[in-house]
Amino acid sequence: MRRILVGLIAVVAIIALVAFTFILNRKSPVQPTLQQHAASAGKATPAEAASPPDDGNWIMPAKDYAATRFSGLGEITQANVGKLQVSFTFSTGTTEGFEAPPLVVNNVMYVVTPWPNNLFALDLTKPGAPPKWEYKPNPAAAAKGVACCGPVNRGASYWNGRIFMNLLDGNAVAVDAESGKEVWRTKLADIQRGETITMAPLVADGKVLVGNSGGEMGVRGWLAALDADTGKIVWKAYSTGPDKDVLIGPGYQAPYQQDKGRDLGVKSWPPGYWKIGGGTVWGWVSYDPQSKTIFYGTSNPGPWNQEQRPGDNKFTAGVFARDIGTGQARWFYQSTPHDLYDHDDINEILLVDYPIGNGRRIPALIRPSRNGFFYVQDRRTGRVLSARPYGMINVYKGVDLRSGRLIPVAGMEPVPGRAVRNICPASPGAKDWNPSAFSPVTGLVYIPHLNLCQDMGVKNANYIAGTPFVGADVKMYAGPGGNRGVLTAWDPVAQRAVFEIKEDLPLWSPALATAGGIVFYGTMDGWFKAIDARTGKLLWQFKTGSGIIGQPISYRGPDGHQYIAVPSGVGGWAGAIVSAQLDPRDPSGALGFSNAVKDLPKRVSAGGTVYVFALPK
Amino acid sequence: MSSRFRNSIWTLVSLALLAGCDREKSNPRGQPLAETIPDTSPDTVFPGDAKPRPLDPRAADYEQNAFAIAQGQQLFGAMNCVGCHAHGGGGMGPALMDSQWRYGGRIDQIAQSIAKGRPNGMPAWEGKLTDRQIWQLAAFVRSLSGQAPKDAVAARADELSNTPPQTQTKREPALPSDSAQQ
Repeated sequence: MRRILVGLIAVVAIIALVAFTFILNRKSPVQPTLQQHAASAGKATPAEAASPPDDGNWIMPAKDYAATRFSGLGEITQANVGKLQVSFTFSTGTTEGFEAPPLVVNNVMYVVTPWPNNLFALDLTKPGAPPKWEYKPNPAAAAKGVACCGPVNRGASYWNGRIFMNLLDGNAVAVDAESGKEVWRTKLADIQRGETITMAPLVADGKVLVGNSGGEMGVRGWLAALDADTGKIVWKAYSTGPDKDVLIGPGYQAPYQQDKGRDLGVKSWPPGYWKIGGGTVWGWVSYDPQSKTIFYGTSNPGPWNQEQRPGDNKFTAGVFARDIGTGQARWFYQSTPHDLYDHDDINEILLVDYPIGNGRRIPALIRPSRNGFFYVQDRRTGRVLSARPYGMINVYKGVDLRSGRLIPVAGMEPVPGRAVRNICPASPGAKDWNPSAFSPVTGLVYIPHLNLCQDMGVKNANYIAGTPFVGADVKMYAGPGGNRGVLTAWDPVAQRAVFEIKEDLPLWSPALATAGGIVFYGTMDGWFKAIDARTGKLLWQFKTGSGIIGQPISYRGPDGHQYIAVPSGVGGWAGAIVSAQLDPRDPSGALGFSNAVKDLPKRVSAGGTVYVFALPK
Repeated sequence: MSSRFRNSIWTLVSLALLAGCDREKSNPRGQPLAETIPDTSPDTVFPGDAKPRPLDPRAADYEQNAFAIAQGQQLFGAMNCVGCHAHGGGGMGPALMDSQWRYGGRIDQIAQSIAKGRPNGMPAWEGKLTDRQIWQLAAFVRSLSGQAPKDAVAARADELSNTPPQTQTKREPALPSDSAQQ
């Protein structure tokens, strides 16, 4: 009886597959169809349920669950932005890379510092915004030794009277927003095994979502959901290993053949390697409240030396959609199977309603991936509608929309004894963690990113718990054109760049878009810039004390006026040469980034200050 | 005396001198005696006019010795030191090719840092490496800032020619923390 049933299911599956392929073939090529309708069908718009109207607060790094990083405040316009002036500044007392955006909730600004992860509450109702309280979590100093890319923190989140944040030494904490008292602390990651936590938690549906860092340390990646009230773990989904650990069950539907099968998280690795294979979750999580689904990406597989891990290395360098209640996977799409160059897939995922022609719209996710392609995917199924390069790529030919698979360029894979030159994009990708902003006013995505290529040689990496598991020598340099950074305004519907601004230094700061038709971002030598969201014309700039790698935000102050805040403090992977005083003579320093930013120590020094700007009264 | 004969004598003399050098010493079978990491302080201030402990005389056997430095270089890759310190320029861990030493730049101080670890993330390797290996590693670390004789270091880099050969490494100035015994 059971055999018949299995047979029946197989037959049905085959019929479905054939029908599906047929439909797909009829529709393909998908891209021209989309392009034809781009002009008439209009702009992509933020997913409504995930992007409520602006209330003047800024309660999570991404601004909203749709990850727009868009402020609805419009007092500061293209006409008056030139008059912006400093309202107040705040020094954090730290000099490590300052990536975390401040939060503003009900006239209090919350500032999280890099290690030692102190949290300040500043009273915006008083002149000069003096601290209301300071929370010092005192994380272990030893954690700094296993944080691959500087002891950074990417921000906190506010929910229901509490501030939630992660500590570098592997703890998640909840702090009372009023008093600054710690409510709970949950130890999730183990620095003895090379795990740290640098990501900003996302709080949704009463759960705090936290993932680990350490893709360069031979750790096993996971995302955990904690009860926001108690800090107890509700579920924990690993990125590698058997299906029961990855939370792949009956509800899982892979968009493509390549992600179908049982226990791929074990079978796509050499025996046992999945236990130390990476796939960490150190980036951004988005949430669709309508379908109660979270979306997030997984990191590179480890070690970087690809020869030690033949196979697709599931479920690294791809995107998961999961049920927020149970953690069960809905689908997984692997952007970069068997990653060769540290092309993580942890970048921000923007949730939009996407026009597909004839006035029809689908719930989509759009994302500039580290491998250099801008993906448009149906977020119900994970299927790729388009994947176009937004930066310089010479190691991938494209994405096969039929199989969903990335097509690598043959002969560019580093093997022991043969270094490969001119790999574009370099290990930090066409874009690293620093998120883009999406403006519903222009319908454009503003992508702060990189133009770096590299030479790479690999050798056998030894696994020693708590030490780096890399096995690669890298040397990065500017890509074609000589500029190391780019800000691209990308039309996700027409799938092309509308304008590009070339920046000399790597662009490591996130972007902010506002209703005033302005986009804000910062450079590694400290210039905070405001540009016209339609043309890219520079409207205003201000030189901050250190380099900018942190995210600007916008909020409404107690006086009813619009403010812009930005952290200044160079560091992170790109700026470690300054904040960690690396020696620029060694091109392989900071996993090869040193070579690309040799001039940085002469141009900027370390710091940690929040700058807040407003129009003159 | 023909010039050829004179040249031969000079060659023989140089060879004899070279043979007597620290550079050429090697003891691949190891010494039966226990080699211990000396209990050195990373500090330079000693109250009551006390003096820092003198440098262990065995240090020279390592830091001027081609075999020890080569072994140290091997270990520097194999034990993943390179993942944090790169090829001297640093990354997760501090640079080792410059003149700044948080915990002292004398070979015995470096050996101490390797053996005991340091609180900002340097693991303690005691028990994972033999003391002899720790000395060899410390010798290689010294060579990264050009402290080793040029005829004792490797003339080509192990990795994909990203770093200049160590024979070209500039010798960094004497360091405050080891000035007492340099």
